[in-house]
This record gives sequence, C-alpha cells and structure tokens, in this order.
Amino acid sequence: MAEAASGPRAGSAPWFLSAPALLLFLGLLVIPLALTAVLSFHSFDGTRGVLPDFTARNYLEVFSDPYYYEIFLRTAGLALAVTLLSVLFGVPETIILSRMKAPWRGIFLIVILGPLLVSVVVRTLGWAILMGNNGLINAGLRALGLTDEPVRLLFTMTGVVIALTHVLMPFMVISVWASLQKLDPQVENAGLSFGAAPFTVFRRVILPQILPGILSGGIIVFALAASAFATPAILGGRRLKVVATAAYDEFLSTLNWPLGASIAILLLVANVIVIAGFNRWLERRYAQVFEG
Amino acid sequence: MTFLQLDQLGKTFGDFRAVESLSLDVERGEFISLLGPSGCGKTTTLQMVAGFVEPTRGRIRLNGADITAMRPEKRGMGVVFQSYALFPHMTVADNIGFGLEMRGMRGAEKLKRIDETLELVRLPGLGKRYPKELSGGQRQRVAIARALAVRPEVLLLDEPMSNLDAKLREDMHVELRGIQRHLGITTILVTHDQVEAMTMSDRIAVMHGGRIVQLATPYEAYERPESAFASSFLGKTNVLKGVVEARNMRCCEVRVGDSLLHVPHQEKPLAREVNVYVRPEKVKLAPASAANGIPATIRTRLFLGNHWLVEVDSALGPMRVSHPNIGAVPPAEGEAVALHWLDDDLRLLDTEAANG
Repeated sequence: MAEAASGPRAGSAPWFLSAPALLLFLGLLVIPLALTAVLSFHSFDGTRGVLPDFTARNYLEVFSDPYYYEIFLRTAGLALAVTLLSVLFGVPETIILSRMKAPWRGIFLIVILGPLLVSVVVRTLGWAILMGNNGLINAGLRALGLTDEPVRLLFTMTGVVIALTHVLMPFMVISVWASLQKLDPQVENAGLSFGAAPFTVFRRVILPQILPGILSGGIIVFALAASAFATPAILGGRRLKVVATAAYDEFLSTLNWPLGASIAILLLVANVIVIAGFNRWLERRYAQVFEG
Repeated sequence: MTFLQLDQLGKTFGDFRAVESLSLDVERGEFISLLGPSGCGKTTTLQMVAGFVEPTRGRIRLNGADITAMRPEKRGMGVVFQSYALFPHMTVADNIGFGLEMRGMRGAEKLKRIDETLELVRLPGLGKRYPKELSGGQRQRVAIARALAVRPEVLLLDEPMSNLDAKLREDMHVELRGIQRHLGITTILVTHDQVEAMTMSDRIAVMHGGRIVQLATPYEAYERPESAFASSFLGKTNVLKGVVEARNMRCCEVRVGDSLLHVPHQEKPLAREVNVYVRPEKVKLAPASAANGIPATIRTRLFLGNHWLVEVDSALGPMRVSHPNIGAVPPAEGEAVALHWLDDDLRLLDTEAANG
C-alpha cells in the first residue's frame, strides 16, 4: 500500500534532486567537451581560420610528428616520476603521521594538507623563487660549499617533477590516510605476537592492507600530473612542453584551435585508458579481500 | 611451581594509574581469568604480559626467566584479540600459517599443522576462505586456531567472546575450556563477563581500580566474596544494612530494621555498621503463616524460563528472590509471604564507609 502510494513520487524525486548537479555537469563539462571533440575534427587555414568541415587531419598530424611524440612521452614520464615520488615520500609520511600523538598529529596533518588551500599558481611561483639560480636552494648549496656552479632547477624536468610532487602529495597522503584508518590497530600487535619482526609485520601485514589506498592515490596523482598545466608552464618554461601546455600554445599562440582541441582530446583519451585500465586491474586484484 | 609470575606490576598513563602493584602467580596449565568492569586495568595487565605495553614498574617472569623487557615478538605467546585482528588479506590457512612460518615451519609440516588446528576448532575445510567470508563465530574460531597453532606456552585471551551472541558464547565457553585442558596451555583470560570467567577458569582474579581484590576459585569467589565490590560484581545479591549487636562463639547477631539476623562468625567489632549479603537463589518463599520467616509482600514476578525473578517488599527492605521453576508457581503479586534462608548463606562485610 505504502509502496503504491509513493510509487510515482519516488520515480521523479531522484531526477528533481539530481537536476541541479546534472545541469551543472551538462553545461560546464559535457557540452564544452563535446564542442572540443567536434572542433578537433575541423580543419584550420592560416588565413581563413577554422573551417567547418570534417577531417581527421589534426589527429594524423599529431600521430605523424615526432615533435608530439616527445611531448606525450615527456608528459607520461613526468606523471610516472611524480607518482613514484609521491608514493616513495607520501606513504612513509602518512605512516609517521598516523603514529603521532594527539596535538602533533592534527598540526602536521594541517601542515601537509594546508598547501591545498593555496592556489597552484602561487605555490609554483614560490618554487620558482626557491629554484632560481640565485634562489634559496642554490644559495644554500653554495653556502654549504656543496657546489660552485648553480644547480639548474628552473626550466628543467627535475624542477617540474619536484614542484609537481609537492603540489600533488596531499592527494596521496589523504588516500593512504583513509586506508590506514580502516586498519584494525590490533593487527600489528597480532603480527608481533606471532614472532614477526616489526619490519616483517609492516611488509606482510600492514603494506598489503594499505596497498589499495596507495594505488588509488597513485591513480589520482597520475591523472592530475598528466594533465597539470600551471606547474609545467611556469617552471618548465616555453621549451619544456607537456601535453597540456602544448594544447594551450596551439589555442593561444598559433591560434590553431582544431589542432589544440585534438591534442586535448588525445590527452583525455590517454588518461582515461590508463586510469580505467589500472582501476579495473586494481578492483579485480583486490576484490577478494576488500569489497563489502 | 609458578610458571608465569607477575610481581608487583604497575602501569601509569600520565596521571592515570591503570594498574597498581599487581602480583599474580599462575601455575603451568592453569586457566586464570582477570575479571572486572571496564577501566579496572585488566586489559592493560594482559598487554603487559604480551609485551605490547611496557610496565612502569614490577617484573614479569616466565618459567623463572625475567621477560619484563623482552620484545613481544620474542615472547612466543599466543594472543586472541577482542577484534580478532585477523589478517584480512590472507586466507584462513595463511592466517594460521603466519605464526608457523615465523617459527621457520614450512611445507608439508606447516600444512599438516594448519589442518590439525582447523580440525581442533571444528572448522575443517575452511582454509581457503577469506576472513570476510566467515561468520562472527567462525572468525573467532580462526583467531583461536591462529593462536593455538604455534603451540604457545601461554595463551592470552582479550575478551574473545564479547562480539558473539549469547548462545554461541555459551557453546564457545565449553569448547574453549575443553581445548585448553586438552592442550594443557597456561591461559589468561580478560573478561567483564562473570559467567564466562566462572565457566572456564581454575581461578578468578577479580579486579577493581587497578588491583586484584580477590583471587579464588570460581566457587569460592562467588560464595565467599571478600569485598562489597566482588560480591556485587560476581552475580546478583541483596544488600541489607545493619549494625552488629552481639557476638558469640558461632555467630554475629546483626540488627537490620526490626529483625535480628544470625550471620556465621566473622571478626566484626560490636556496634560496627555492616552490610549483610544474601544471594537471591538462597532465599526461599514460604506461606505467610510459616514460623520464623521474614514477612514480605510480592511486588513483581518475572518468568525467566529456568527460574522466576521475584521482587518483594520485606520487613528488611526491598529484596530479590530467585525462585526455581520447580513445582508450583510462586504466589501472585500483592500476596503476603515469608522469606526463609539458612544462616550459613548470609555473608557479612564492612560497609564501604567503614572500609575508609
């Protein structure tokens, strides 16, 4: 009876409730994305601008030009390096954090997550100041007598990787933190009580349980690093192009919108393939243990 | 011979004294329960024995050797945790095999031991399952199996039954006690459940405020509690306030209200304010006309299957009577009765105030 009475309402209520979010997504994400996709199939003429035809020439151009290979490879390398570094530093950092006592834990969590509150551009400019030839890092290295020549960080991959790792580290920390919180605090003692040394307990008991958190943190960091724009643009300069900055340059410097659009679409597709594939593998690998 | 010895063990967390100068000698093969309410220091004591918590003072000796500063992974104790703390990413067999591997047991020998242990806890054939695929009771058996597989010298149980439903818990009490006797493992159980402590233990250490207030066999602890706390924590009891009026060779005469109770002798000075304790099951309901009874009126009666719980308003104040479900049903509410008991079933303890 109650079901029959509430039937038609229940049918439309979810739609009404999700309508604002749906419209927002539709207007700000789906439509621009579709327009970009359509744009990527138009052609471009230096004198006449964008032509409303339908051609795969832009994609063929990207696929046939080693210049773009280099950019895509560099982007992939950057994303991988940043992901590895954020695992290498983020995981121990989170474990240390989770073992801190009451006031310090909260304080350091804010210290680690705080950078999220500052604009990426501002943070990256901060790194630029630190990394300059006369910046704090080089001044410090010289003062310690470790180097005579300034170490080149600005406008190098090293600099971009360092800064981007810092920018994206909080996402790794949050993800690992969440999986550590789900851990039964007694399993570590259980491991010890069976005669396993502390490192063995970490390797065989703790690590496997937080691995899904590390891997999903890795997905987030990889996706954000691969599509990062501000940090590579500011610290990498015009020469060290990544896919995002290459697309930007096509749009705003050469005004070749269709080519820029096709680069953007290819980045999106590559990202989706990598992430979805990895996620799929992850779910299949750990479904047995962690679902439900 | 003392096998496991806790010698004036103490633990302080900041300003809080969790355990105060606790001494306990456990014999080889003995089953001891640390029984008390939450916050009495029982779990802290167990964790000190396991090596997870470092004592502030005192020593722990195992088989004569001082293990106070020994790391937990060197102690070779089997621990069953309240949460079970199974490794969720390992199968049941791998969970049980973990401790065996750490002791260098591999291959066929390990598999044989895993099978034996699963057999012991009556879970044969479940080795390939993951913990999340098991019921609460099965998980608990796996936790016990995991602790037993390594044949520990000492088995530590931290409220292992608290997540099980009542029926299952009763079954596990009997079963675990059987396994423990069979293997002869020295066992310490931490629990707040008095039934659990009484069913399984050789001796019960009743704990209160970080101390052992009584150490006795379950029967002794129940029948002759040494403190008001032990008396009220182990089972239900009626407390009657009175004053010692007279003493002779055999008993004290205690005045409670208008009545005079004869309590088996305990050294209490005259005019001392005392509490007289009588267990609900020691009180008999008799017709109001019976001689020498304490007059009372039935207030409520609840049927609980094997017995009736009867609340009466008596000349001594409100009391509870446990009336076995044998023969006739107890008188109805509002009816007058007389209460009888054997003087030997009365217990006398100083009031808390008199204890200081």
